[in-house]
Amino acid sequence: MIKTAVMVFSGLVAYMPLMAPANAERDYIEVVGSSTVYPFATAVAEKFGKGSKFKTPKIESTGSGGGMKLFCNGIGSQYPDVTNASRRIKENEYKMCLENGVTDIIEVLIGYDGIAFANSRKSQQYVLSRKDIYLALAKDVPNPDGSESFVPNPYQTWKDVNAVLPATKIEVLGPPPTSGTRDAFVELALEGGCKSFGWIKAMKKVDKPAYKARCHTIREDGAFIEAGENDNLIVNKLHANPSAFGVFGFSFLDQNSDKVQGSKVEGFAPTFESIASGDYSISRPLYFYVKKAHVGVVPGIVEYLREFTADSTWGDEGYLADKGMIPLDDAKRKAIRKSVRKLQRLQL
Amino acid sequence: MSNSHSPSTIEIVNRNLAVRYARERRFRRLGLAAVLSGFAALIFLMVTIVGDGWRAFQQGYIELEINFDAEALEIDDPADDDQWQYADYTSLIRSALRERFPALQTRKEKKLLYSLVSPGADYQLANMLVENREWLGQVQRVRLPVDDDIDVLLKGYVDETLPEDERRISNAQIELVKGLKSSGEIALGFNHIFFTAGDSREPEQAGIRGALIGSFLTLVVTLSLSFPIAVAAAIYLEEFAPRNRITDIIEVNINNLAAVPSIVFGLLGLAVFLNLFGMPRSVPLVGGIVLTLMTLPTIIISSRAALKAVPPSIREAALGLGASKMQVIFHHVLPLALPGMLTGAIIGMAQALGETAPLLMIGMVAFIVDIPAGFTDPATVLPVQIFLWSDSPERGFVERTSAAIMVLLFFLIAMNAVAVLLRRRFERRW
Repeated sequence: MIKTAVMVFSGLVAYMPLMAPANAERDYIEVVGSSTVYPFATAVAEKFGKGSKFKTPKIESTGSGGGMKLFCNGIGSQYPDVTNASRRIKENEYKMCLENGVTDIIEVLIGYDGIAFANSRKSQQYVLSRKDIYLALAKDVPNPDGSESFVPNPYQTWKDVNAVLPATKIEVLGPPPTSGTRDAFVELALEGGCKSFGWIKAMKKVDKPAYKARCHTIREDGAFIEAGENDNLIVNKLHANPSAFGVFGFSFLDQNSDKVQGSKVEGFAPTFESIASGDYSISRPLYFYVKKAHVGVVPGIVEYLREFTADSTWGDEGYLADKGMIPLDDAKRKAIRKSVRKLQRLQL
Repeated sequence: MSNSHSPSTIEIVNRNLAVRYARERRFRRLGLAAVLSGFAALIFLMVTIVGDGWRAFQQGYIELEINFDAEALEIDDPADDDQWQYADYTSLIRSALRERFPALQTRKEKKLLYSLVSPGADYQLANMLVENREWLGQVQRVRLPVDDDIDVLLKGYVDETLPEDERRISNAQIELVKGLKSSGEIALGFNHIFFTAGDSREPEQAGIRGALIGSFLTLVVTLSLSFPIAVAAAIYLEEFAPRNRITDIIEVNINNLAAVPSIVFGLLGLAVFLNLFGMPRSVPLVGGIVLTLMTLPTIIISSRAALKAVPPSIREAALGLGASKMQVIFHHVLPLALPGMLTGAIIGMAQALGETAPLLMIGMVAFIVDIPAGFTDPATVLPVQIFLWSDSPERGFVERTSAAIMVLLFFLIAMNAVAVLLRRRFERRW
């Protein structure tokens, strides 16, 4: 009896890898990419799967860069059909796509996401400028004596940064460098504040790498704490520590508005309206990219595009707005929907 | 040599006795403190998880009188299943709500009213009608899940003393819910969706069924590969292999592999199974193979220990009676060692059940709604589901995360209990 059992098992072992033929046709859409777009894309995928004859698309949260890498690897059912991104595709990524035969890509801009600089409801709402954020968080800051040179960040409290702010210790919880939220925060808030110094802005033309290094490097002396990718954790920590600030996406602010409040940046608090109108300065576009070669091969891609670009999805009163995505204006939505219907290919 | 001033041995002993006893007491107390602090941490963990999670087994439901009007649903051909499945059930729910509250007329009021019911309730309604086709044309009282914001309110997580703009629920909504609650039309009930549905972006529609089946399929692959391979390897190494440098190296490597971080196996799986063999991403088959690699060393080591524990007298007796080496092993040693091997296998499976890191690399950390039906359907596993929910912005997922942890812990405890039982029952002492 044991002998037959051994034989059956060894047969099974030999057979198992063969059960999944290498190029089996996939009958569901495979989506990878940004963790920021993930909550929105999953909502669309679920609705699409339940409301149509197609299977529910599978969505992996790999980060914008990781998604592009998988997406650009080639054409065929083992490669994903769609990648989400919380920034536009970069030139070198586009080149990588071309090299691997992914020539026809459809680009869809879906909306905006605001990045909140928030603290607990238990303390007061701060009114900040991007310059304040830069001075509080950069590794090296312009010498306070006014000479055009850098010194290691000497500021310990918000009052040191700007005399009108309270004398609370600078303590900011934010995402790690692998996160798209971090990239966007650094680019929009820190660099935005950095540029407000005329002589640093002049540096950009002369020595771009040095300019970037100065404007994009966050201090490492403990004032900025990397709190991991989990935004819920940051919200809970802010709730427990009213003097700390946190950096996270607008949807988390929206869902936890009883616990945390967004600081006003350049005069505007992060609200639905201020991000949509562009008044709130720390916001970024959200995209997804589709492989045209897979349209018609993997079932449901055209219908998925249609579901995503329907006004009941991405419009002002669509369900993505309920999830915290900031919709585009009517004219833009119309134009993008038109080009998506025609499956127009992206040209960089 | 011994004068009155030099102490005798017993005096030296007696003098030190108090210090020695004190030392022993200190050590005992330290040990007890270590055990107690560990126990306190466990209790704290359990209390927070159960405290957070038990309410997820409840869900708010609203009772509505739905008029399944064939015309409104546009079902004119009852034989066409698509007509039943894809009819407009949302407007049925909305008109039922409007009829219940005819006073609410403005656009804003209506929006408020519609926000009571879960956005996914139309699929539940569709399934109800498909199962009870005779309802077509009738008015039926049905229970539908409420929206997650309302659910959170019903469970008392909303601080109503806060100013209205600082919470997600408006005063008007609270009034509406209070009215319905006092008339019994909104009530908490058992959350069966949690056990019967796959993942969802709406907390009230999300369940662990998909993840449980994914875990099950993955473990089936892992067990059916790792147990026979590990037992064969252990028997060979213990009974047949010559003792030389090569087997020493193999042994050291097996022990080393047992301590390798699990993410490394994920990377290996990505490179070999996905990139080289071109197997699909996110499927239990690949997940199971990767977890096999991870659990093999554990099972090999425990299987060898079980084989070693069989006394040589049994082997010698069998050999003395003329049994061949194969017969000795398969008729006598293996059956006696099997309980120990099974214990090792179960512990290895429990380890595999709780693993997420290697699955990340092969794409099993993904949003998957459809319940997997086979080894090559995309699937996720229970710990991954916990990870994904813990990262979701909606408040309703907080308690569901803890509830999923409770389910996972239940399975882990059950598996370990089976291992203990097996050992108790079949273990032989010589």
